[in-house]
Amino acid sequence: MSLLEIKNLHASVNGNEILKGIDLTVNPGEVHSIMGPNGSGKSTLAQVLARRESYEVTAGSIMFDGKDLLEMKPEDAACEGLFMAFQYPVEIPGISNAYFLRAALNAVLKYRGQDEMDAIDFLPLLKEKMRLLEMDERFLNRPVNEGFSGGEKKRNEIVQMAVLEPKLAVLDETDSGLDIDALKIVAKGVNAMRNKNRAMVLVTHYQRLLDYIVPDFVHVLVNGRIVKSGGPELALELEEKGYSWTEAEPAGARR
Amino acid sequence: MSSTVNQINDLTQQEYKWGFITSIDEDRLPPGLNEEIVRAISLKKGEPEFMMEWRLKAYRYWAQLEQKQAEPKWANVKYPPIDYQALSYYSAPKQKKELKSLEEVDPEILDTYAKLGIPLHEQKLLAGVAVDAVFDSVSVATTFKAKLAEAGVIFCSFSEAVKNHPELVKKYLGSVVPVTDNFFAALNSAVFSDGSFVYVPKGVRCPMELSTYFRINAQNTGQFERTLIIADEGASVSYLEGCTAPIRDENQLHAAVVELIAHDNATIKYSTVQNWYPGDKEGKGGIYNFVTKRGKALGKNSKISWTQVETGSAITWKYPSCILQGDNSIGEFYSVALTNNYQQADTGTKMIHIGKNTKSTVVSKGISAGHGQNTYRGMVKILKGATGARNYTQCDSLLIGDKCGAHTFPYIEVKNASARMEHEASTSKIGEDQIFYLQQRGISKEEAVSMIINGFCKAVFKELPMEFAVEAQKLLSISLEGSVG
Repeated sequence: MSLLEIKNLHASVNGNEILKGIDLTVNPGEVHSIMGPNGSGKSTLAQVLARRESYEVTAGSIMFDGKDLLEMKPEDAACEGLFMAFQYPVEIPGISNAYFLRAALNAVLKYRGQDEMDAIDFLPLLKEKMRLLEMDERFLNRPVNEGFSGGEKKRNEIVQMAVLEPKLAVLDETDSGLDIDALKIVAKGVNAMRNKNRAMVLVTHYQRLLDYIVPDFVHVLVNGRIVKSGGPELALELEEKGYSWTEAEPAGARR
Repeated sequence: MSSTVNQINDLTQQEYKWGFITSIDEDRLPPGLNEEIVRAISLKKGEPEFMMEWRLKAYRYWAQLEQKQAEPKWANVKYPPIDYQALSYYSAPKQKKELKSLEEVDPEILDTYAKLGIPLHEQKLLAGVAVDAVFDSVSVATTFKAKLAEAGVIFCSFSEAVKNHPELVKKYLGSVVPVTDNFFAALNSAVFSDGSFVYVPKGVRCPMELSTYFRINAQNTGQFERTLIIADEGASVSYLEGCTAPIRDENQLHAAVVELIAHDNATIKYSTVQNWYPGDKEGKGGIYNFVTKRGKALGKNSKISWTQVETGSAITWKYPSCILQGDNSIGEFYSVALTNNYQQADTGTKMIHIGKNTKSTVVSKGISAGHGQNTYRGMVKILKGATGARNYTQCDSLLIGDKCGAHTFPYIEVKNASARMEHEASTSKIGEDQIFYLQQRGISKEEAVSMIINGFCKAVFKELPMEFAVEAQKLLSISLEGSVG
């Protein structure tokens, strides 16, 4: 059974239709990359998957692990194993990273009917994940994302993903704002989490990320539709020819 | 065995000897206020001459203000005029109808108790349920009494203090908030029914937080309450007033006065959790809480610290302040004020720097939800002689929804050029993106909101005594229930 099955997905923001019929199937263990120019609907797709309310689904269906994702609240989707790494991680003043992440993990464990974790058991786990992302321990007690640099915020997202161990991770422009060293660290963290049960959807504008996280499939999103799909070589072709190349022949690609 | 049972029976059946219940006759004076009423109050309480004179002085000042309709009108709150002559100024605290079990209590209230995590026996006390043997509270009270007496700390009702320690009352009463201070303070001085009195002698650190006791007795607080706390040289005391459990009261107008005096090297920490009935969701009913609280850091190196969590009352008018008279004295004000539905709060502090090298810190967190209106009003005044004075003020407002309001009126007056002043202020809306971020990690919307609010208030909560910090967090969540759609 596929992990994620999107069929004919249409979605609007403030009455403007952004997604105009997306079909996408993701199986466990696969890494898919969604590429496309600015304004093509990439981030909208990510937000819809994370069940953000302001994004209205007007048609189509999304099945996640055999369940109707569109029936779920954002927190339920998260507890079912869907994780999104945010393009712009949000600051939560006054709440420490460690406290927040334990609350999140315990919410997920509780939803699944498992025992919650106390601080003593949780701390070593979190420290281990932070080492993987080369994050200093002082980030444990700092308020969530407050005063973090762009790169630190993105690494913090991957730390969270490593703690929550989702079935499906949606990485929304995780490479944006990263210098090459930070990008390598993030990629290392993401690659360490690849396995046969976990799937990932990488939303990105640039091919650069895919040098470090090599996808199984690449899809090109233009004007709310997937106009081209292929293997990792498609990303390189895009890098060379630009998105206008795909826009020039969408009709051919669709038919 | 039987003697133990008898002891318990004796303990539970006797009146609280060491407590705030004073025996007052059941009668009620006719409504209205005049000199005769003030005299009658003082006579009924069996007060010495000086008290009656003091009350009369207060009354005369208040009466001429009332004539001129000079009730303070500068606060950013709206309410219909109060007919002071229609109120009754002396009535014995009514014996609450005793309930036989918790099952007779309003389920909504029980629900709140449960959410706050209040132990069962305290729930019974708070709700006024007849208790067979209140082991815990009796033992707590007894232990308290012994410990405090051993340390030489006087902690009693105001009426008892007037009877047993008139010299202390005479010396300190009105020395921080004079009878002519303001309309409501004058009214309180004329008619106050009771309150509490604390005296910590020289060099004594009060051996416990004066809090647990207060919590279980909070239902006895009156309409016009008077508190006087004195820490003599080198003494220290931490006092907690109020209660996180919701308090209902048939008296709409509450005008309390609190005075604190700290001598050389003394420290007073005063914490408040205020959860008076805020009125219903449409803004009907609710308490008017017009309070004057002021501390005098009289001696050198003395310190007065106010911490308040204000979630109740329809209208809050309250400015716990510090007069920093002694050299090197310190004043602190940490506040969380929350207004939901149609609540209005106008609260803040005054820091008056008189002595050299005096230091003050003000941290105010205002939260507005529903149609709530939340005003921070603060003054920092550096007088001419206050060389080397320092102040740090941080004033943050958080808005939930788009029908509420946050207002800030900071006043700064500096007459000594060596003063160092810092003022930081922010206003933010609780972000849909913050809530969504937490939800995406598996945390429910309500928990997300509560987490964000608690993070916002952290700098204040960490000043509260431990167990109250936990309850205060829960209280905020409960007070905000349903405010985020």
